[in-house]
Amino acid sequence: MTKTNSEALITNGIRTDQRQITDLRNIEIEVGLLDKANGSAYLIWGKNKILAAVYGPREVHPRHLAKPDRAFIRCRYHMAPFSTDERKHPAPSRREVELSKVIRMALEPAILTDLFPRTGIDIFIEVLQSDGGTRCASITAAAVALADAGIPLRDLVVGCAAGKIEGQIVLDLNDVEDQKGDADVPIAIMPRTGAISLLQMDGLLTQDEFRQALDLAIQGCMTVYDIQKEALTKKYIQLEITPPASDTPEEPVTSDTPDAPDTLDTLKESSKNEEEVSE
Amino acid sequence: MSESHDVIANIRQRRILDHIRQDQRIDGRGLLDYRPIQVNPGIIGKASGSAWVSIGKTKVLVGIKVETGTPYSDKPDAGVLTVNAELVPIASPSFEPGPPNEDSVELARVIDRGLRESQAVDLTKLCIIPGKLVFIVFVDIYILDHDGNLFDTAALAAIVALMNTTLRGYTVSEDGTIQYTDATSPLPLRNIPVEVTVVKIGEKLLLDPTIEEEALIDTQITIATGDDHEVCAIQKSRVGTFTLDEVLQAMEIAKNKADDIRTNVLGAYR
Amino acid sequence: MTYLIESRKIVVPGELLAEGDYRAGRHTYQEDTKIYASIVGLSNHVGRNVYVVALKGCYFPQIGDLVIGKIIDMRLGSWVADINAPYTANLFASDVFDRPFNSRKEDMTRIFNIGDLVLAKVKSFDRTRDPSLTTRESGLGRIVHGRIIAMTPTKIPRLIGRQGSMINSIKRETSTNITIGQNGLILISGKRLAYENLAIKVIDLIEAEAHTSGLTERVTKFIKEEKSVLNDQN
Repeated sequence: MTKTNSEALITNGIRTDQRQITDLRNIEIEVGLLDKANGSAYLIWGKNKILAAVYGPREVHPRHLAKPDRAFIRCRYHMAPFSTDERKHPAPSRREVELSKVIRMALEPAILTDLFPRTGIDIFIEVLQSDGGTRCASITAAAVALADAGIPLRDLVVGCAAGKIEGQIVLDLNDVEDQKGDADVPIAIMPRTGAISLLQMDGLLTQDEFRQALDLAIQGCMTVYDIQKEALTKKYIQLEITPPASDTPEEPVTSDTPDAPDTLDTLKESSKNEEEVSE
Repeated sequence: MSESHDVIANIRQRRILDHIRQDQRIDGRGLLDYRPIQVNPGIIGKASGSAWVSIGKTKVLVGIKVETGTPYSDKPDAGVLTVNAELVPIASPSFEPGPPNEDSVELARVIDRGLRESQAVDLTKLCIIPGKLVFIVFVDIYILDHDGNLFDTAALAAIVALMNTTLRGYTVSEDGTIQYTDATSPLPLRNIPVEVTVVKIGEKLLLDPTIEEEALIDTQITIATGDDHEVCAIQKSRVGTFTLDEVLQAMEIAKNKADDIRTNVLGAYR
Repeated sequence: MTYLIESRKIVVPGELLAEGDYRAGRHTYQEDTKIYASIVGLSNHVGRNVYVVALKGCYFPQIGDLVIGKIIDMRLGSWVADINAPYTANLFASDVFDRPFNSRKEDMTRIFNIGDLVLAKVKSFDRTRDPSLTTRESGLGRIVHGRIIAMTPTKIPRLIGRQGSMINSIKRETSTNITIGQNGLILISGKRLAYENLAIKVIDLIEAEAHTSGLTERVTKFIKEEKSVLNDQN
């Protein structure tokens, strides 16, 4: 629905979707709903509906893409034809090609790729309904899908955007605000260290405004991070925990630390894990 | 975790076949039973209509977009229906990204045939300016999770999506431009086709195969029937062959099952 | 500065588990003296070894593992098997036979064909090449009958139990043969279908509740109840 120019985006501090300028839209995450994918997440962010799925680690095809010392990460961001106001042609657009790349680059630093040489990890993101901020939502969903697949990660990755509309710095622009606003700054961070793995900007901002938007986006990310954690841990909350079945002295020594001194040519994780006793 | 999705262990195959020979399936169903069907209509609010349907673990999402465009020159007064299917890579380790391959094109065209020949959508009511402007109904089929029986799941999702599709109200000004109003009306439907795929495994006819059972299919036939049991589309698929008797049996099975689905699943959405 | 997270907390990747004089165990990584979780799981420690118990994850081959593999391809002198891992495994003819095997003269499909399941051991595996299997020990080879069920590989240790206690008690109580592949595949065969089905139900129960306490008692109780139902039916 197009709004006439006389309709303001912010009136008395309230936005067109009834939010305050520092409010996030409603976010819900469902983990592991797909059967075939190794990991999956369905994320609702405002009116965005995004399905992320992960396959891997698995063999890479074509083989020549495989890397000898780590996993090869592929990412495909794709929008369903019915996801936008006007039907979108199913073939990938240049925007989808670019977003596939930046999303991959936002997620890859978090993946402990050294642990799976010569394999591939495929991340697929399908936007089923889009309403602004899909790249941040996609990264957020994909990180949950990676964790759901049991792929070792340094950290989750979480995305959020801030921008400027009608002279004010606001958090989490929806589609209309992005189109009619003055600037949009989507980011993604790895929450433990605050390391920024995605940063884009379009529009016009003073240096100071940019700084404000960045700070606001980072705050937004930390709130979304709580939602990711809750979604991932929810299904295990009910369980009580059992003590390890054995206290064998052969504890697993080698961790996932990339340059751990024990990891030489042979993948020498101990042959027994903490609960296991061999037959 | 590897590329062997097509290879089912021989022991497993034998077990599935042994069960089928005794008119059973390893998940306890009868030969003509569907897995549980779940329907979630209207899930994509931005689309003109939508439905997320699952049969067992197979999940399909269909989104409908109604837009305007020029009619076909040989049917200047009729709206246009177009069906597209995407076997997106999230749904199966064997789906690769890329343009539609022969499987997704066949799926789209079979569902299209069922909708078109049954005249499910009343295209005569979708004309805005004869010869110039009509409504175009885009049916986009998105396979989300492949555990067998994509045809029936997709066809069901498509018809449910059409059943909750709305058209925007409009006025046409003197210079032939269209202005949308806030009124909406349901997409005019004349028929509710239901597609049922009958598969042959080891001389028996079954419905709703899981992906494991699909590896053992000799051949299959998809039959679409309308409200009055009229047959509106048939597609024999895969390599093997049917005897005439088997085809007639399959027609009977499909007709009965379509009735069952029309009443017990679609009844709520009419 | 020392810190140790409480045990049996559900953690997510990047969560701090310990700081100080600790060792980074399974499913963790270390930076300086800090140890972090790398997966979603349950924090735990034994002595100074800090690790995370995985609830979901792929099978990563270890030399010596007993696995159930599915033959998916054949080459000259070797077969390729799916062992439910990120890598396919090779089974060379020299690791099947004690005698020299001439694949040009002898028909490989008479030994293992595509779709066959084999019980094998992981013979070698390193960062530079795919795992290779061997069936040369006694008891290994083609699986000709029985039922295969799958379990998340990370839960296999719970099914085995301390010194095999859990699995041995299931085998005994249900009179079924159960062979466990470390890669999450389990072969079951018993004389009576009803008892085979019971064994499978027990395994499903363990998979669902692998990380709860009191599981051993519940399993014992479950088997007892189910068996009395079966006996009543006879």
